[in-house]
Amino acid sequence: MFTDDAGKGGISAGGPGNSAESNRRSGGDLVQLITPGGERVSHPEFDPWVQDVTDEQLGSLYEDMVVIRRIDTEATALQRQGELALWPPLLGQEASQIGSARALRDDDFVFPSYRDNGVAYCRGVNPEDIVKAWRGNALAGWDPYTVNVATQQIIIGAQTLHATGYAMGIQNDGADSVAVAYFGDGATSEGDVNEALVFAASFQSPVVFFCQNNHWAISEPVRLQSHIQIADRAAGFGIPSMRVDGNDVLAVMAATRIATDRARHGGGPTFIEAVTYRMGPHTTADDPTKYRDANELEDWAAKDPIARLKSLLDRKGLLTDERGAAVAAKADAVAKALRAGTINMPDPRPMDIFQNVYSTPNSTLDRQQDHYSRYLASFGDPAEAASEEGAR
Amino acid sequence: MTQMTFARAINSGLRKSLENDAKVILMGEDIGALGGVFRVTDGLQKDFGKHRVVDTPLAESGILGTAVGLAYRGYRPVVEIQFDGFIYPAFDQIVSQVAKMHYRTQGAVKMPITIRVPFGGGIGSPEHHSESPEAYFTHTSGLRVISVSNPQDAHTMIQQAIASDDPVLYFEPKRRYHDKGEVDEALDLGAALSMEKARVVTEGTDVTLVAYGPLVKTAKDAALAAADEGISIEVIDLRSLAPLDLATLAASVRKTGRLVITHEASQTGGIGAEVAAGMTERCFFHLEAAPVRVTGFDVPYPYSKLEMHHLPGLDRILDGVDRALGRPNSLSGLEG
Repeated sequence: MFTDDAGKGGISAGGPGNSAESNRRSGGDLVQLITPGGERVSHPEFDPWVQDVTDEQLGSLYEDMVVIRRIDTEATALQRQGELALWPPLLGQEASQIGSARALRDDDFVFPSYRDNGVAYCRGVNPEDIVKAWRGNALAGWDPYTVNVATQQIIIGAQTLHATGYAMGIQNDGADSVAVAYFGDGATSEGDVNEALVFAASFQSPVVFFCQNNHWAISEPVRLQSHIQIADRAAGFGIPSMRVDGNDVLAVMAATRIATDRARHGGGPTFIEAVTYRMGPHTTADDPTKYRDANELEDWAAKDPIARLKSLLDRKGLLTDERGAAVAAKADAVAKALRAGTINMPDPRPMDIFQNVYSTPNSTLDRQQDHYSRYLASFGDPAEAASEEGAR
Repeated sequence: MTQMTFARAINSGLRKSLENDAKVILMGEDIGALGGVFRVTDGLQKDFGKHRVVDTPLAESGILGTAVGLAYRGYRPVVEIQFDGFIYPAFDQIVSQVAKMHYRTQGAVKMPITIRVPFGGGIGSPEHHSESPEAYFTHTSGLRVISVSNPQDAHTMIQQAIASDDPVLYFEPKRRYHDKGEVDEALDLGAALSMEKARVVTEGTDVTLVAYGPLVKTAKDAALAAADEGISIEVIDLRSLAPLDLATLAASVRKTGRLVITHEASQTGGIGAEVAAGMTERCFFHLEAAPVRVTGFDVPYPYSKLEMHHLPGLDRILDGVDRALGRPNSLSGLEG
């Protein structure tokens, strides 16, 4: 890796068809495999990448989407009830997150933003651990190495560089895994995203830039971020791009498979723009009625990713009453466990505040820790004092 | 022991780290074929290859951000920021990502990144090439900040920084790059003084004079000059700016009762303020006079024809010593 000639000519030989070159077309073509009405339409380049998806797996994707929507609504409810300080809903983006995350291998490494809770769920993160940060019990709820998911990034776009650096490490190790950066349309205005594209292109690193264009960066519409279609920006960096219907789980899965396959075979980075819509607020702290037209929401509700897949399953006769009930039961069970786990989550201990600032002892911090420990102890029973302090 | 320049001593330390640990990767602008604008990485790409000594695109946030990803993957990146004034575009990645990742992940992800920053003035450079941004980083928890003042420390402490599992900002005084000194390249890192420790450079009894980086040499010169007037100055090289080795400083201040701190950086919120506060807290009853700061002014780094006025020189430092001793000085007769 890191050599000037790395990755040249490295188009995938492993995947069906030679779609890599043809994907270098204008990002204006919105790839769709399932229409909003639930009709499966063919696409000569993308179809081969999802032809192995069985009816059973299609049902499983549906289940994933229903479950993460349920996690999302439960977390929103928990926030409204004062159990979480804040929550960033992903309502409407289920197909983008499930379709892409289910296309990854376990040894691929994901660098998500704060909204990619569906991705985290797919990678095996416990929903309780997802809400831990929003409850204020931790800065991040999981060990990245157990699920190959970095902690959720709050600084917009910063994680795209981390993914690119990680991908440089993959190259150096001679491995064939892939790093995936998740970010939104607003992030494409950030310098870090542009620097990540430069580094990834220069070193031909195995990284997939997965942009969920959900049309809004808090209250700012995507047209304020980009004068051209976002996918078209990638060409300026020498990175092939695809623009897919982000509410179409199959199209998203196909695109992600194309991109990861290219990366695994030395073809370098790919940029995917998944065109979707954030149906809720940016977070539970804002009010979308103040900045966007109700008609817009109505238009997008008609393209709902879950309703779309349900419609396809219905057409194929795959969503039996029994299956539907099983999916609903699972979603209920996950939500119930999330609620109980959130409400019963133990408070962190006061002295934890000093833990893990450094890997090795630091004399200044040791002194502050010692002083605070003595201060707490001055209230009598240290444990009691600690819990009182924690409750303030 | 070998005589070598400051720059060569760092180069030799980097070489040893590259040899000893395959996970060490050097990254930066122009560090490969050119060997860096100060030639500190001279010859390393030739010997270790483009995989280990990486010429990066010209983007400071990109350099630090990709270093974060490499550290995630188990590498130990050593990044070069070409000049002090170019570190600001990387500020977010350093303070929001590098510094906090270990804390954020409750210790799961280590960030053993070394950030080399040629810093300070005195070489007649244009704007953005002579700054002293160290205090910004001492204010951020999770970072270690060190500055070297002589070839031996430069050689040893770069290796200690790279070996550290914590992120380290390593400030190199660029006007000392060509100074020569004895370097024991075989010195065992375990046996060497920890990079967290301050060092008493010159023992004395009347005044404690604290400096770091480029001004340690100036402080030594001041101590020599003062000795001619019968004043005994104890010069201390801080070496570590975060954390500060307050124990070594306090031992000296308890002995001398007087404290002068000097640095090139602007005064407000600088290291001198932290040293003065720390010593006042610990040694109040031992101090015979208020701590004195001799620093750069609170101005943008000036154009080079005026930099000698901005940078604390031997005479300004001695004037500060006179203030600490209550001898006639430039502020005599003034209050407050």
